Amino acid sequence: MNTREALGIIGEHRTNEVVVTTMSAFLLWPAYTKVPTLDLPLTGCMSKASSLALGVALAQPRRRVMVLDGDGSLLMNLGSLVTIANQAPPNLIHFVFENGVYQNAGGQPIPGAGKIGFAGLASAAGYRKTYDFDDLEGFKISLDRILKADGPTFVCLKVRSKEESIPYSLGATGLAFQKVKETMAKAV
Amino acid sequence: MVTGSALKAKRIVEELKKCGITHVVWLPDTEARFMYDTLINEKDIKLVQVCREGETVAIAAGLYVGGKEPCVLIQNTGFLESGDSIRGLAIDIHLPLLIIIGYRGWKRVGNITDSAAIYIEPILDAWGIKHYLVETDADAHNISIAHKEAHETKRPVAVLIGREYQ
Repeated sequence: MNTREALGIIGEHRTNEVVVTTMSAFLLWPAYTKVPTLDLPLTGCMSKASSLALGVALAQPRRRVMVLDGDGSLLMNLGSLVTIANQAPPNLIHFVFENGVYQNAGGQPIPGAGKIGFAGLASAAGYRKTYDFDDLEGFKISLDRILKADGPTFVCLKVRSKEESIPYSLGATGLAFQKVKETMAKAV
Repeated sequence: MVTGSALKAKRIVEELKKCGITHVVWLPDTEARFMYDTLINEKDIKLVQVCREGETVAIAAGLYVGGKEPCVLIQNTGFLESGDSIRGLAIDIHLPLLIIIGYRGWKRVGNITDSAAIYIEPILDAWGIKHYLVETDADAHNISIAHKEAHETKRPVAVLIGREYQ
């Protein structure tokens, strides 16, 4: 599968979850989201999407929070796996798009590309449930069940990167923060 | 020299409660360790412990978006470690965040030799982050002042915990 296909599946299943995006997902998610008022696009954050998502999940325990993370991004904030598992928010689903490269920096391989077991790392850190998918059909069939189960849940999506061309841009993170804060405040 | 007992954890927690702080996102350090037992037993304030200081601002940002009132508690070394998170997730998005910083190396009298202490105030100044010093219970009200200012200016404001130790 590629990133766009995987995002399409997530977009189909997403209802009222807050979605925190970074890296490739940050750039591509706007084409798949149906609830932009609950999207938190994060750029220039040095890999802190998972940490931000943890904060939202702790603040809003009745609302599910998805984070669409990158593999290079997670490597830069690997301790967040332990922090998240220690807090154990049942409403957090942590997706990692594993393409093995720094896509937005020019496609250089990440350290340990092809050798790291991200789901194994998450499991060892203490996530309640972890999954690995390398085929779209398997992911599609499983996602509904994954989203309904208590977390924290980690889903590693092994995606192809070579055929994907993703134009880079900086987003309006600050405006999105205000919008999502207002949306959730109204819902209470 | 100001003695360690001059600043009590209970007094700091009183100020945090006045500010409506719901979560303290932190990594324990030498200057703030005296607060742990008080904070861990405090029902109205939740502790969120991290593995690395850079996580704290991002978690606090998420808590704030979700309607909570977090503050961050880290050492000055951890502040330096957190630099880009503070830039991107506090300053850039106008997060009204109280950052309490353990002032490692602080000395009221004599030369400061610890570079973590030498550089922290100039760096806070360079980033336009206003800061207040808290050394004793009598200074603790600076926490509420800093918190109020953070909300008025929609910027992070720092409180430096200047507890000397041998």
